[in-house]
Amino acid sequence: MTRQGWWKFQARAAPYLFVSPFLIIFTVFLLYPLSRSFYLSFHRTVGPGHQMFIGLGNYRFLLRHDLLFGLAVLNTAIYTVAFLLLQIPISLGLALLLSGRGVRLKSVFRFSFFSSYLVGQVFVGVIFFQFFSPGGLVNQTISALLGRRIVIGWLSNPAMVLPSVLIAGLWLATGYGMVYFQAALQAVDPELYEAAHVDGAGRCRRFLHVTLPGIRHVLVYMILIGAIGGFQLFELPFVLLQGAGPGGRGITIVMYLFIMGFNAGDLGYASAIGWLLVAMLLIIFAARLRFFRTHQEMTA
Amino acid sequence: MRKAAIHFLLTLTAIIAVLPFFWLICAAFKNPQDLAGSTFVPWNHLNQLTLDNFRALADQPVGRWLVNSIFLASVHTVLVVTLSSLGGFALAKYQFRGKGLIAVIMLITILMPSQVFLPGSYELMYHLHWLDSYWAIIVPGSVSVLGIFLFRQAMRELPDELLQCGRLDGCSEARLWWEIALPVVRPMIAAYTLLSFLSEWNSFLWPQVILQSESKFTLPIGLNNLNGLPQFQHSYGIVMAATLISILPVAVFFFALQGDFISGLASGAVKG
Repeated sequence: MTRQGWWKFQARAAPYLFVSPFLIIFTVFLLYPLSRSFYLSFHRTVGPGHQMFIGLGNYRFLLRHDLLFGLAVLNTAIYTVAFLLLQIPISLGLALLLSGRGVRLKSVFRFSFFSSYLVGQVFVGVIFFQFFSPGGLVNQTISALLGRRIVIGWLSNPAMVLPSVLIAGLWLATGYGMVYFQAALQAVDPELYEAAHVDGAGRCRRFLHVTLPGIRHVLVYMILIGAIGGFQLFELPFVLLQGAGPGGRGITIVMYLFIMGFNAGDLGYASAIGWLLVAMLLIIFAARLRFFRTHQEMTA
Repeated sequence: MRKAAIHFLLTLTAIIAVLPFFWLICAAFKNPQDLAGSTFVPWNHLNQLTLDNFRALADQPVGRWLVNSIFLASVHTVLVVTLSSLGGFALAKYQFRGKGLIAVIMLITILMPSQVFLPGSYELMYHLHWLDSYWAIIVPGSVSVLGIFLFRQAMRELPDELLQCGRLDGCSEARLWWEIALPVVRPMIAAYTLLSFLSEWNSFLWPQVILQSESKFTLPIGLNNLNGLPQFQHSYGIVMAATLISILPVAVFFFALQGDFISGLASGAVKG
């Protein structure tokens, strides 16, 4: 090949060479397993080797008869809603406080709030498993503050499971949300505040009519991310409760998928759970699109 | 007055946010009796602090898991950053056949929760005889749809004239990537490197499915096992010492780079 021929060749082949490692691995290790998961969801399987076609049997059983799956969906949905109702206001509130003029040590506060985000869910689970044990530091501190011995079964009392997982989850994610809101608040045009001030708008009205519309995109993004993350909750309760928890109150959709697929060994059933999870997430996405459409209609 | 209230509220929340870290450190350096007796470290108890918990860890393969975690997270990060930046460069700066199709397929898979891939991936690993092997963790993890999206977005802003100049100067296309495109998106690379390392360091579900022998465990898998052992139910200083060892490397790593990282993380969302 001549020098010029080689030159032309490498220029034309370059993009294909650049994407091909990605594309090959993507096809073999992501697309193919995805299609297999779809295929398996119509089968009953025993381990990876044996499978029997049962049509929609897995889906039918999951939706009509599997009470544990129902419990998992319920737990996951309740957690997600409770998480969002607490995380969004706390994060936004902290961001607002921190954005105020004349607040000192901003970066120290910011890093204190954010640092927990670096700790993985498993490690958070391990830490809080120890804190929440009957003689653990949380009960010790509450006893010391109240001056008498109090033993709360944070992880053994079914009613305390949701609060315990929520506390650990909020510790993990609130600072992270605050960082996003803070960035969004900084991007709101200061002239809008001045204009609102001149028009005589009070603190509340400025928040409702300037701040909220200004950070709308980040707000929706945070809700979406929180909802998606909530529906995929697994490690935190799995480690914190060492499994499904008392009365199965800590079982989540993904935990159930894991148990059915890799403890019970029915990959087909686990696949069907996975695809139902996809359907639920698609509903969340659709809700978001709907929100944007109505909002545009309102502003148009 | 208002300012004081704001500072009070912020300080209170910051204390709550940092308290678990403080407890973790206290628990790791205290013996069980001391820990049961006092929640914090009273000044007159300082001489009771001990390294016993860390010594007791020598009986557990925690050092091994630490090495495994560092190895896997490093290999993962190098591969995923390289492949994502190469692919992102091609998608941002070249016209070629199948480009639209790639974008559509990527968009569909990015909406999929990773768990729906699990049964199919497990089956594939079984047939490849990759169960209990690091190949199963390294190879599928080396591509990231999110990564390629991020690099494509960042490299779109690269002026075509700059690349054309490079070509006239006799740069091959691979050198354009290495010497022009990569330096321009360096802030993105820094943020994405940290993010990839962190996500692999904390990754649990897939390694838990794949790894079976204790000597191959990563820290999250090993620690979850330790945590469940009955012998540690009443001497949890040891588990806390192991946890401290697990989160300290990333904490140090991030503390050095925190400013850039935190603002880099959020700027994408605000722009987008």
